[in-house]
Amino acid sequence: MGTFQIDFGDHRKPRVVGIDLGTTNSLVAFMDLTGPRILPGEDGDKLVPSVVSITDNGVLVGNSAQKALMTHPERTVYSVKRLMGRGVSDVQDELKLFPFQIAPGSDSVIRLQLGKETLTPPEVSALILRQLKKNAEAELGEPVTQAVITVPAYFNDAQRQATKDAGRIAGLEVLRLVNEPTAASLAYGLDKRQNGVIAVYDLGGGTFDISILRLHDGIFEVLATNGDTHLGGDDIDNLLIRIGLEDIASEWAEDISGNQEGVQRLRRAVIRAKEELSFQPSAIIDLEYKGKRYQRELTRENYERLIQPIVNRTLGPCRSCIADAGVTVEQIDEVVMVGGSTRIPLVRQAVEALFRAKPHTELNPDEVVALGAAVQAGILSGDVENKLLLDVTPLSLGIETMGGIVEKLIHRNSTIPASATQQFTTAVDGQRNVLIHVVQGEREMVKDSRSLARFDLKDLAPQPAGLARIEVRFLIDANGILNVTARDVRTGKEQSVEVKPSYGLSDDQVEAMILESYEKAEADFKERQVREARVEADNILAAVEKAKQNPAYEDLEEQERDAITKALNELLVVYHSDDHIFIREKIEELNNATQKLAENMMNTAVRGALKGTKI
Amino acid sequence: MRYFVYGLTMEPISLCWQCGNTAVCELVCPVCSSLQKPPTGFFQFFGIPEELALDVNALQSRFYELSRKVHPDHFAQKSAGERECSLEATSILNDGYRTLRDPIRRAEYVLDQHGFDIGEQRGNNVPPELLEEVFELNEALEEIRSGDDSARPQLEKAEQDFTAMLTASDNELQQEFLNFDRARSDDVLKKIRGILNRRKYIQNLVSEVHKELSAVRG
Repeated sequence: MGTFQIDFGDHRKPRVVGIDLGTTNSLVAFMDLTGPRILPGEDGDKLVPSVVSITDNGVLVGNSAQKALMTHPERTVYSVKRLMGRGVSDVQDELKLFPFQIAPGSDSVIRLQLGKETLTPPEVSALILRQLKKNAEAELGEPVTQAVITVPAYFNDAQRQATKDAGRIAGLEVLRLVNEPTAASLAYGLDKRQNGVIAVYDLGGGTFDISILRLHDGIFEVLATNGDTHLGGDDIDNLLIRIGLEDIASEWAEDISGNQEGVQRLRRAVIRAKEELSFQPSAIIDLEYKGKRYQRELTRENYERLIQPIVNRTLGPCRSCIADAGVTVEQIDEVVMVGGSTRIPLVRQAVEALFRAKPHTELNPDEVVALGAAVQAGILSGDVENKLLLDVTPLSLGIETMGGIVEKLIHRNSTIPASATQQFTTAVDGQRNVLIHVVQGEREMVKDSRSLARFDLKDLAPQPAGLARIEVRFLIDANGILNVTARDVRTGKEQSVEVKPSYGLSDDQVEAMILESYEKAEADFKERQVREARVEADNILAAVEKAKQNPAYEDLEEQERDAITKALNELLVVYHSDDHIFIREKIEELNNATQKLAENMMNTAVRGALKGTKI
Repeated sequence: MRYFVYGLTMEPISLCWQCGNTAVCELVCPVCSSLQKPPTGFFQFFGIPEELALDVNALQSRFYELSRKVHPDHFAQKSAGERECSLEATSILNDGYRTLRDPIRRAEYVLDQHGFDIGEQRGNNVPPELLEEVFELNEALEEIRSGDDSARPQLEKAEQDFTAMLTASDNELQQEFLNFDRARSDDVLKKIRGILNRRKYIQNLVSEVHKELSAVRG
């Protein structure tokens, strides 16, 4: 039987989704006519835990991977966002707490050893993104190829680039990286207030951001941003884990800190207690492990004393941000809370005391960033009009000059896209190339700054020293990512620039990963088709079994019954093969063989139905 | 050659990069509605006359208005050529707004556009009339760095005096800005450069004194 193809015309725009790629949880959202909404996964959960587990039978992402963290901690990754765009030496402290191993040969890019597989943080993030993409496609019923992905406002160039790479590897065109606090302000619909100044306080699982924005008739202009990309709920977990491990060491006379399964169980226990303490005056850290039990009651008072230093670390950036924005506390009209850790009462108190205003907590702090990303996706696809985000670069961009001193070219809190040009020349006769070292950060000396990349101006025409005039243009795009172009001032010719990123993947490496993930996607696709064919086979097999009980079956001629039995057995034989075309062929044959039976059954049913009807 | 008005400043006509045969005199081609390559001069881009005493509120409104027209968010689904024009235009818009809204940067920009060198040496030479005060100040700074707290009142007074001087040169600048807008002469620009250099020098002194004082105040 044919189906009707309903044609909605060809004016449909591509679907652009908004993705919050979080440290702890990730979400995907979409803007429809009623507003932004979160697209849940197959299990109905809106939050996809940012956990990936590499099993012998494939990759697990989300809740299933969360479970695998208990059984296969050494092959399971969580909080991978903390490793994005970083080198091995940056993350020594946290690696101690992670259950997985670093593969040998890691330097500027971390490589995680997960069972037999070696994956970089962008590849792990790509697996999470791929899951979200799949969830969105299932929910929307069409392919999703374009996305807006959020990043902490305080992410540097390498961290942003790594996020963008993750998107590409997952098969998504990343139309824009949006800063999380800015996205949140979009979701809050604060533009209903036409003009004003708002602060967004975003304390998530692993990162902290504070942004101050001016609203002006639908324009969201970020005045300043500050933060710490290594501060969040994870730090509270780690603090409580350390205490638990010490307690256990003295109570059980056994150090379980080397045992990953035990540590992960404890981690789960402290997170549960932490979450309870946001709503109750006390909670118990409760761990049962290897037949022993550890219990420790934690009152809110004690808990708050423990975490006070962590909460206080957010206040310095807040004060700097207010000063950089050129506003006073009194001028800030509203404060918005974002991120799961803002559920902690102590955090709310600290924010209220600092800003002297009751913070907004109406929207679910776990969802607000994804919802905002969907609004931004709507802006980019043209569905949302009259709203515009003007964001800033969180860190100053500079180049290394004589004596290892940084010369700043683009200052922090400059509205992006932003650019600066600088002329370079040669120091030696006949010099053929000039190396430019670009750094990010606020410090005076190169050694205290974050190395971003080395740009090599190559193939200069040999000239006496100081004669060459190469104008280099540094441009930070709307994603906060640096682009560099150069030209010879006298000839006006474009000058080639070779980029060597200090941290992160080269373009070639990303390309190779895209290819590899494409092959994996092919395998995924095939697997899905086989699964679908089997479901169809199940349906027809069940229907035929049932039809055999019908008197119409006995009315068939013997050779017709034989044909059905033959087709049925053949389908059963190919059922477990992984060739979906073969399975479908046999389904078709069984379908044909039962045609007569189906007709007879139908006639009987019609006759039966007519019996009681008066004509 | 025909000229068109890009804001208020005259620019030679150019052809649309996209459809090629239309003379374009706006940000957007009137025929194929592609975004055009923007002029690089900040005043031209904003479409305002080159004035040093400009109205910052009007500049802000213009900034928002132009942002709505050229921002990359509005070109995400357009051709690569238009996306590039949008990125280019928005970076000039943002750089221009940042430069023009601040009186010091604005003055430096105009000086640079008029061929005045505002190089590295600026702000390093002691203005002659301040020689004596600077000498005394440096001694006081030495003392306080070596832990001698008795120089503190003197430094506090110097901080006040020099801050007052900054305010005075800001007023002076404002006056010269008006003079330039009226007369548009290089002599006024020379004078402005002098004030800027002196101001920069005083600014450095104030921040240094402030730094030392904050250190002892804790």
